[in-house]
Amino acid sequence: MSTSNTTAAGAQSTARAPAGRVRRMSRRDKWILGFMVGVPTLIQLVLVWIPTLLSAALSFTRWNGLSLADIKGAGLENYRFIANDYPPFWPAVQHNVLWLVFLSLIATPLGLLLAILLDQNIRGTRIYQSIFFTPVMLSLALIGVIWQLFYNRDSGLLNFLLGTAGTPQAVDWFGDSSVNIWAALVAATWRHAGYVMILYLAGLKGVDPTLREAAQIDGANATQTFFRVIFPAMRPVNVIVIVITVIESLRAFDIVYVINRGTNGLELISALVIQNLVGEGQVIGVGSALAVILLVISLVPITFYLSRAFGKDKEA
Amino acid sequence: MSMHEDALRRASSQAGLDRRTLLKTLGVGAVAMAGVPLLAGCTGGTAPSASGGAKTVTFGSGSSDEVPKAAYKAVTDAFEKKSGAKVSTNVVPHNDFQNKINTYLQGSPDDSFTWFAGYRMQYYADKGLLAPIDDVWEKIGGNYSEALKKASTGADGKMYLVPNYNYPWGFFYRKSLWAEKGYQVPKTFDELTALSKKMQGDGLIPIEFADKDGWPAMGTFDYLNMRLNGYKFHMDLTAHKESWDQKKVSDVFDTWKALLPYQNPNALGMTWQDSAKNLGDKKSGMYLLGSFLTQQYTDKTVADDIDFFPFPEIAMEGQDAIEAPIDGLLLSKKGGQNQAAKDFLAYLGTPEGQDVYASVDSANIATAKGADTSKFSPLNKKMADAISNAKSISQFFDRDALPAMANNVMIPALQSFIKDGNVDVKNLEAQAKSLYAAQ
Repeated sequence: MSTSNTTAAGAQSTARAPAGRVRRMSRRDKWILGFMVGVPTLIQLVLVWIPTLLSAALSFTRWNGLSLADIKGAGLENYRFIANDYPPFWPAVQHNVLWLVFLSLIATPLGLLLAILLDQNIRGTRIYQSIFFTPVMLSLALIGVIWQLFYNRDSGLLNFLLGTAGTPQAVDWFGDSSVNIWAALVAATWRHAGYVMILYLAGLKGVDPTLREAAQIDGANATQTFFRVIFPAMRPVNVIVIVITVIESLRAFDIVYVINRGTNGLELISALVIQNLVGEGQVIGVGSALAVILLVISLVPITFYLSRAFGKDKEA
Repeated sequence: MSMHEDALRRASSQAGLDRRTLLKTLGVGAVAMAGVPLLAGCTGGTAPSASGGAKTVTFGSGSSDEVPKAAYKAVTDAFEKKSGAKVSTNVVPHNDFQNKINTYLQGSPDDSFTWFAGYRMQYYADKGLLAPIDDVWEKIGGNYSEALKKASTGADGKMYLVPNYNYPWGFFYRKSLWAEKGYQVPKTFDELTALSKKMQGDGLIPIEFADKDGWPAMGTFDYLNMRLNGYKFHMDLTAHKESWDQKKVSDVFDTWKALLPYQNPNALGMTWQDSAKNLGDKKSGMYLLGSFLTQQYTDKTVADDIDFFPFPEIAMEGQDAIEAPIDGLLLSKKGGQNQAAKDFLAYLGTPEGQDVYASVDSANIATAKGADTSKFSPLNKKMADAISNAKSISQFFDRDALPAMANNVMIPALQSFIKDGNVDVKNLEAQAKSLYAAQ
């Protein structure tokens, strides 16, 4: 969401520059401009900023969710509780870090590799593209069913291929807390690689073919051409992919949620936020504090991205 | 889903409600952005009905599954015919209904609504969101056992719930398998472990067990706790009047350790449906679960082969306490002023009303004395007897305790206990203290 907003904002500011030079805007222009900037800002304010700020405020309170009079200040108690008394929290942080490492080292390079292969104009490249991209579009419930078929202990494909199905040695891919995070990461990679692939495919198409030719004339081999010329030329895409990888690993949620709602070895911060904020186990103060923690962590890559995006505008 | 859209449409057509609903949605939206559309759907579910002299009852139902939905429809139809009042039913998918109950009760709830006995009922009664129905109980009190009456009472001693049906938790097994191997129903814990050992020797999983979803293990905890420390301690512990950090609680887990080797070692990767299949396939000897288990056996030969026995006694109160979650009806605060709504509840508290319900939904046990038992299967009869002989009825951990305690604390704690046999009661107490203080 933030990506499209900022690019839109960037486009707006560049579009406004010539108008500023003329230094004259009719009253109607001002109205339209005000309207077009005001409405998105208002929507953003109401749907994003006010809830975010209220949530941050609630993280310093205890509230049963009933009447507003029941809100009691709690200071940093919720944060202390999370850090000291809430057993799933630290495993969740570790799993989020593991998620980030795995996506950056395995899933994203895999997506890049797929993109390069499919960019070679091999036969049926469209079909392959569709196949690899399909996981990105599938609904949560369907993903759950698919991986259940694959990982089920007694009747799953994986144990069947390993020859252990139905025997006591069968690996319990979802239930065994030492392996289920890896099972979930494979499922996450399956989606993430397709996403990254599409981004890089678009990036590769955008690279000026003359660069490639020039490199070849200079005697660079295929590997050199790619790493010295093509890859650096895709800098804008690289930045987007980095940010997406980081954000995806922070908000990773759906796959663990369909497996077992993010318990028993699959704790993730986002799953804990949901558990504490939505539904019967609602503890508004603790849930809000978890959400704030997640927000603060997320701000790091977002800031990085924004500074890169705007920094580049200035250079131009 | 269509009910939701319907509710939304009604909400938006009520101009008077709009601002309130909007404010509420905003406030809650701050903390639960994902829930916003659903919340609006729930709070706006009713039309103002008390106005005017027409005898109308609004009825919010979380019984959204096909069979219970039809069963409640039959009840409202029968009541309409009998009393001449009009019942307008608002069915909400049950997970949503349960999750959004806070907002529902504070918005504009229906006069009467489906809910269950336990902590949550007492909690909302305490907050003044429910209407006491002692006058209704004066009429129907004779239809209920003492244990059911106790379960329908709020913390203030007033009556709030009209029980409709319940379903017991206990051990289920296949008669033919037990007859073939010569197993006897265990009466004590020692007999249970001895039997388990024997079953293990016979190549069976002695006690079927599944806890991927987290909640089924609470049944084992509840029973061990009640049999070791008594019903009252169970209630006090779940209401956090007793500390978790004490020997009584550690004893429960220590006793459980004796049972763990006999429970299915793959429990953490299995749902109760997987376990039900194992029991049906005679791969395992017995299974501690609620009687909803039997709905899983569509093959009649298997279904007729299932039998039931209550959890064996351990140290206290024999087999007096039974875990049998009770579902029934409550009156919202607003519904308390509507005599027709009270009549509706009273009607469901009669054998007649419950027979109408049970004629459609026969999976559960009607609670009123004198309800028709002639159509009961022998198994249903046995379960009904077990309930009526019980001196106290517990509601299952997630109904007796603060939901956050059950969901956020017990599920991870029990899962890690199942994994390695360790539990940190000090930490349980620390979490309980913090969560109950937030209420």
